[in-house]
Amino acid sequence: MTLYGLNAVHLVLLIPALAAATLALTPGYRLSARINTVAALATFLASASLFFHRPPAGNYLQVDDLSVVFIVLGAFVGFTTSLFSASYIAHEVEIGRLTPVRLRFYHAMYQVLMFGMNLALVSNNLGVMWVAIELATLTTVAMVGIYRTHEAIEAAWKYFILGSVGIALALFGTILVYVAAEPVVGQGLQSMVWTVLMTKVAAFDPALLNVAFVFLLLGYGTKVGLAPLHAWLPDAHAEGPTPISAVLSGLLLNVALYAVLRFKMLLAANHAALAPGPLMATMGLVSLVFAAFMLYRRRDIKRMFAYSSIEHMGIIAFAFGMGGPLANFAGLLHMTMHSLTKSGIFFTVGHIAQVKGTQRIADIRGLTVTHPVLGWALVVGVLAIAGLPPFGIFTSEFLVVTSTFARQPLLAAPLVFGILVAFGALLLRLQGLAFGEPSPGDAPATASYLPMVAHLGLVLAAGLYFPPLLTEWFQHVARMLG
Amino acid sequence: MTGLSFDVAHLLAGGLVLMSFTLLYQDRLSALINVFALHALVLALAVAWQAYVQHAPHLYVTAVIALAFKAIVIPLALHRIIRQLGIHREIETVVGVGPAMLVGIGLVALSMVVMLRVTEDADRLAREDLAFALSVVLLGLLMMVIRRNAVGLIIGFMSLENGLVLAAAGAKGMPLVVEISVAFSVLIAFIVIGVFLFRIRERFETIDIEALDRFREARE
Repeated sequence: MTLYGLNAVHLVLLIPALAAATLALTPGYRLSARINTVAALATFLASASLFFHRPPAGNYLQVDDLSVVFIVLGAFVGFTTSLFSASYIAHEVEIGRLTPVRLRFYHAMYQVLMFGMNLALVSNNLGVMWVAIELATLTTVAMVGIYRTHEAIEAAWKYFILGSVGIALALFGTILVYVAAEPVVGQGLQSMVWTVLMTKVAAFDPALLNVAFVFLLLGYGTKVGLAPLHAWLPDAHAEGPTPISAVLSGLLLNVALYAVLRFKMLLAANHAALAPGPLMATMGLVSLVFAAFMLYRRRDIKRMFAYSSIEHMGIIAFAFGMGGPLANFAGLLHMTMHSLTKSGIFFTVGHIAQVKGTQRIADIRGLTVTHPVLGWALVVGVLAIAGLPPFGIFTSEFLVVTSTFARQPLLAAPLVFGILVAFGALLLRLQGLAFGEPSPGDAPATASYLPMVAHLGLVLAAGLYFPPLLTEWFQHVARMLG
Repeated sequence: MTGLSFDVAHLLAGGLVLMSFTLLYQDRLSALINVFALHALVLALAVAWQAYVQHAPHLYVTAVIALAFKAIVIPLALHRIIRQLGIHREIETVVGVGPAMLVGIGLVALSMVVMLRVTEDADRLAREDLAFALSVVLLGLLMMVIRRNAVGLIIGFMSLENGLVLAAAGAKGMPLVVEISVAFSVLIAFIVIGVFLFRIRERFETIDIEALDRFREARE
């Protein structure tokens, strides 16, 4: 399916790029918000067409079954977030937290971010992927600091420094992979092309690949938010605009994870190299248990859900680290469910913070009384993210735990422990937030509930009935991941 | 690879490591910036030599970028910033000069052991280059850890990037895409930091990171 010689892969890159240029020139935030939404919808439709038809791989771009899952999920969350963003920023402008000039910047950056993430996902080249992830990081840094408060600038600064160190380590790893590939594939571009590397990796020097993977895991792992390199994540989530928190948790963490998975596949194809799984599983478990305990001490509602993101990225990294068709399937499912649930929760939290005028947990009480829709949406979202049935996260967590019990019963103990600790923390906080004597602030929410309801509804539906077509697709990708 | 060209490459890469050490113990901001300019100059020479040895003309571009941008433009801009902010005072480091140098030596030893062992089959020049590059990267990281001051952090980060450029230049025939992107990312990174510095100055009247931390504690 081509349109004037452009295929769907070109479209998922061109639409955000053109939209970014247009938005940079468009005055008036209402119009910009609409353009933003339309562009995100168009990107989503173009990405969905990749399910049915995809162009052949080139030296720079390629799409395979693994990347399609990430692209479609990302474009969907990007679209719903743009809807949420439109109603969110209208309120921010009213209360004077954002000026029209900054909004113009914000909308342009939103599309640049979409471009960067899509480019990382469709790239067939180590270098292009690195540049794309770097670009996505820089745009989010700029957006996290957009309120220009002390806290926002501190968060952006911290994010920038840690993110740059991560990206620098990843580049060193990328160079080492090239050095390992060069004697086998030959000098030049071909030594950086994924599809070429995958066919010839068996002959690469395993020792170099090992060192490279350590750098890549640390580097891109910083972006995934794995402990001990997670320090930027809670601040960035808490201080930036809420749509950005939703995009960070729902998208950017996944894109970084995608990069790690690609390199894991590369190493797995070289039998003499070290098994990448145990490293990932260890980092995942440490992140999970650490974040679960940190959840108890949070005072800020967005910060709390940021720690919950670290916890879930830990579970996902652990599942992929365990490897094998079942654990990989569980990891993919968990990633999808977490993206949908967490961005849904951030939509809810964004509305809550706006009606209550605060993000402090202690100042938000009795939401189900004053704002029944928001309150109950929060209850549903937290129950879903805590892993209760009948939501989709229950299914995926259950699969992760059972597959671990079957293969490494000893590892299952810390895994279940971490999940239970986090569960307790979330329910404890939820009780104060949703029930009891209401706190002041009963202004009705003016925002659109559609994105929030859509996300939580999808997670519920996926828990009750997961389409066999998608199951087959995920199983196929899980086998690919090895 | 003849003896002489190898020796020169070796000398220049070693010089970069030496400059990284020199960066570690500078206690005045203006001196720190000047040493960073030298750091970038040595990098430019090292990359230019690689371009000559490998017959890779595109590497000259990288060398010119390193020379013009990192050795001249950025140091001038940083000098301007610190003059505007009036912070020619001493910069405190978390650990003293002695321990910092010892840790630095340990890091260089570590990178030699790691890189020389895993690259036994690789080209001799690429091997040594990678080992030196990793040393520079690790020393840059160390500098970022021990500096509390925002300008110190930026310089630490840029010296780290210099190590990456050295590694990329040493990897034979690595596509141009990457070198340009490295230089470009530094440019973008600098713009972002620059914007940040102005905002931070605007709001905090200081660019000391510890001041940022205080706001954090007051809130939590």
